[in-house]
Amino acid sequence: RGSEICFKTQPGHDKEYVGFATLPNQVHRKSVKKGFDFTLLVAGESGLGKSTLVNSLFLTDLHKDRKLLNAEERINQTVEITKHTVDIEEKGVKLKLTIVDTPGFGDAVNNTECWKPITDYIDQQFEQYFRDESGLNRKNIQDNRVHCCLYFIPPFGHGLRPVDVQFMKALMEKVNVVPLISKADCLTPGEMKKMKDRVREETDKYGLKVYQFPDCDSDEDEEFKQQDRELKESTPFAVIGSNTVVEARGQRVRGRLYPWGIVEVENPSHCDFVKLRNMLIRTHMHDLKDITCDVHYENYRAQCIQQMTSKLTQDNRVESPIPILPLSTPDVETEKLIKMKDEELRRMQEMLQKMQQQMHEQDL
Amino acid sequence: MIPQTRSLTTSTPIYTTQDLQLEVEVEASVQMEEREGEDGVEQPPLCPIDPNTQGIIKGRDLFGYVGIEAVLDQMRRKTMKAGFEFNIMVVGQSGLGKSTLVNTLFKSKVSRKSCTPNYEEKISKTVNLQSICHVIEEKGVKMKLTVIDTPGFGDQINNENCWEPIVKYVNEQYEKYLREEQHVNRKRRIPDTRVHCCVYFLPATGHRLRPIDVEFMKRLGHIVSIVPVIAKADTLTMEERLEFKQRIRQDLEANGIRVYPQKEYDEDAEDRILNDKIRENIPFAVVGTDKEHQVNGNKVLGRKTKWGIIEVENVAHCEFANLRDLLIRSHLQDLKDVTHNIHYETYRVRRLNESNANGLGLSALSLENGTFDKNEAESQL
Repeated sequence: RGSEICFKTQPGHDKEYVGFATLPNQVHRKSVKKGFDFTLLVAGESGLGKSTLVNSLFLTDLHKDRKLLNAEERINQTVEITKHTVDIEEKGVKLKLTIVDTPGFGDAVNNTECWKPITDYIDQQFEQYFRDESGLNRKNIQDNRVHCCLYFIPPFGHGLRPVDVQFMKALMEKVNVVPLISKADCLTPGEMKKMKDRVREETDKYGLKVYQFPDCDSDEDEEFKQQDRELKESTPFAVIGSNTVVEARGQRVRGRLYPWGIVEVENPSHCDFVKLRNMLIRTHMHDLKDITCDVHYENYRAQCIQQMTSKLTQDNRVESPIPILPLSTPDVETEKLIKMKDEELRRMQEMLQKMQQQMHEQDL
Repeated sequence: MIPQTRSLTTSTPIYTTQDLQLEVEVEASVQMEEREGEDGVEQPPLCPIDPNTQGIIKGRDLFGYVGIEAVLDQMRRKTMKAGFEFNIMVVGQSGLGKSTLVNTLFKSKVSRKSCTPNYEEKISKTVNLQSICHVIEEKGVKMKLTVIDTPGFGDQINNENCWEPIVKYVNEQYEKYLREEQHVNRKRRIPDTRVHCCVYFLPATGHRLRPIDVEFMKRLGHIVSIVPVIAKADTLTMEERLEFKQRIRQDLEANGIRVYPQKEYDEDAEDRILNDKIRENIPFAVVGTDKEHQVNGNKVLGRKTKWGIIEVENVAHCEFANLRDLLIRSHLQDLKDVTHNIHYETYRVRRLNESNANGLGLSALSLENGTFDKNEAESQL
C-alpha cells in the first residue's frame, strides 16, 4: 500500500489544481531528513528470550557483554530498569531506537508488585514530557515516552498466570501492551492454537486492554483486508528469536539447530516473528506512537491536571484553571529545535489529512 | 567355576577368584538380586569387599556344593508375589509437563489429570498435595505406584513458603512409619507411604537456577532424594542444554544442595563410578508425550512439529531414556534403600532425641521446617 499520490497532470485540469496534494510528499521528505525515534519496553521473566528477540527484530546485538546473575545474587535483587539506545539507518532513513529492559522482573520468590518500578518509570517519562510541554521554553523537548511494551508470556503454562494478569492490568492504561508467547518452538501446532485461544479468552475475561490493530480503511483492496484479518486472528503472536545463522534448504537463515530439525525464525509456518516485525516496524510503528501521544499521555495529563486542580481548590488558594509548573531547564541544541518544530508541523498536517478524509467520506 | 557364596546373616566378603573381572561381574549380579529384596525386612548393610579378613570359612574350604545360593531364588519368588511399593512425588510450576512425564515413565495413565474426572487446568491458590495410587504389573511383577502431585507450587505472585506444605507432608509420612514401627504389635509389613523420590521440574530458561528452585531444593535435599530434571527441553539446542546443565551444577554446588545420587552414600568404587557418570549428566533434559507417530516405518513416542519430530525415547534427542533407566531400571531399589536407611533414620534419630529431651515416649509432632541439625538435637538433651 503506497502513500504516494500521483499527480494528475492532464491538460485542462491545471486550473483546478491547487497543489496541496503534494503535502504528504513534503512531510515524507522532511521526516526522512530528521529521522524517527521509537522507545520499546520489554518485560517478562528471565530466560524467555527477550534479548534474543530484540536482537533478531532489529538485527543488532545490544547485549554482547551481559553477565547472568546466579541465584544467590538474584534473591535480593529488585527490578531494575536499563536503557540501551541505538541508531539504525536504512536506505537513508534514520531510526533512534531505545530499548528499555527490565531485568529481575518476576524472578524472585515473592514478586508482589514487581511491576511497580516499571509503572513508575513510564509515569516518570510522562511527567517529564508534561513539564517540558508546560514550560516556558518548548524548543527542545525530548520525547522519552514509552511507545510500546512487549510482554513475554512463558509457553510452559496453560495460559495467563496471576503475575501476567496483574502486570497487564497495571500497565494497560499507561502504554500499548503487546503480549507475546515466547519460545514458541516448545509448542506443537495444536498446543499453540490452544494456548492462543486460552490467552485470548483470559484477556477478555479479565478485561485486559491490549494493543488493538486499527481497522483498515474500507477502500483498501481485498488482499490487504485479508492480510489484516489474518493478522488480527493470530494474536497473541508466538515468537522465536535467534542470534545464530544456520543453513536450511540451501539458504543461510536465522534459526535454531536441533537434532530433530531446524527452526527458521523468519518462516511464517514456524512462528509469528515475521508478523510481529511487520506490525511493529513496517506498518504500525506510527500508530503505536500516535496512540501513546493521543491516548495514554492525554490520560496521564488529564489525571495530573485534575489532581492539581483538586489540590488547589482544597487549599483554597488560587482559582486559576491553568496549572503552574516549575520551569524546565532549556537545552541549547539547534537540532532539537528543528526537530520539535517539524514534529509539530507533521502532526498538524496529519490531523488535517485525517479531517479532510473524514469530510470527504461524509460528503459521499 | 568356584562357587561364589554370600552369607546373608554375617558380613562375610565375597571370596575372590583368579579373575578379578569375573568377580566384579558376578558380585554385581548378586548384589542386584539382593537389592530386589522385600521391603520392610531388615537388610544387613552392604559391606565393602575385603578379602583379607581372618577367621572366616572361605568358599574353597567347602568340599562340595551346598546350595546356599538357592536362597536367592526363594527370595525372588517371595518378592515377586508380594510386589513392590514406590512413591514418587512430582514438584514444579503449572504447565511444565509433570503429569505427562509420569504417564510416559510408567507407560500408563497414572497422573492426576488422567484420573480426576472433569479435570480443569486452573491455577489453585494454595499448594495442595494430591496422591493417586495405582497397581501396575509387568511380567508377573506387581508394583504399587503412588504419584504425589503438588499443584499450585510456584504459581502465585508471592511464592514465599510454598514449599512448607511439601515439607510437612514428607515429615508426616516419616512420622506415620515411625509410629507404626514403635507399636507393640507391629504389622507384618508396615505400609510404606514415605516419599522415595522427588522429581523437581526446572523450566528450560537456559540461564541458571532461580531463587525458588534454590530455596526448595535446599530445604528438601535434607529429607528426601531429589532428582532435578529440565522440563520441556525441546526448546534448548544442544549447546544451550550443555551450558545450562553446567550452570545448574555450579549453582547446586555453590548452594550446598545435595541431589540424588548423593556422593556421600556411594558405598564402593563400583557405585561411585556408576553414580559419577550419572552425576555428570544431571539434571536430565526431558521431553514427555503420550502421542505416537510414524518415523521410518516405526511407531515412536514423539512430538510432531512443523520442523521435525522429537522422539522421546531417542537419546540423541532428549534424555528421557536416561531418566527412566535411573528411576526404574537401575536405581529404584536404591532410592528406596536411601530413603529407608538414611533419610528415615535421620528423621527417627532426631525425633527420638527430641522426645528424650521432653520426657518419656514420643512427643507430639511439631511443625519443623525439615532441616536437620544434629548438633541442635543433641544440645537439647
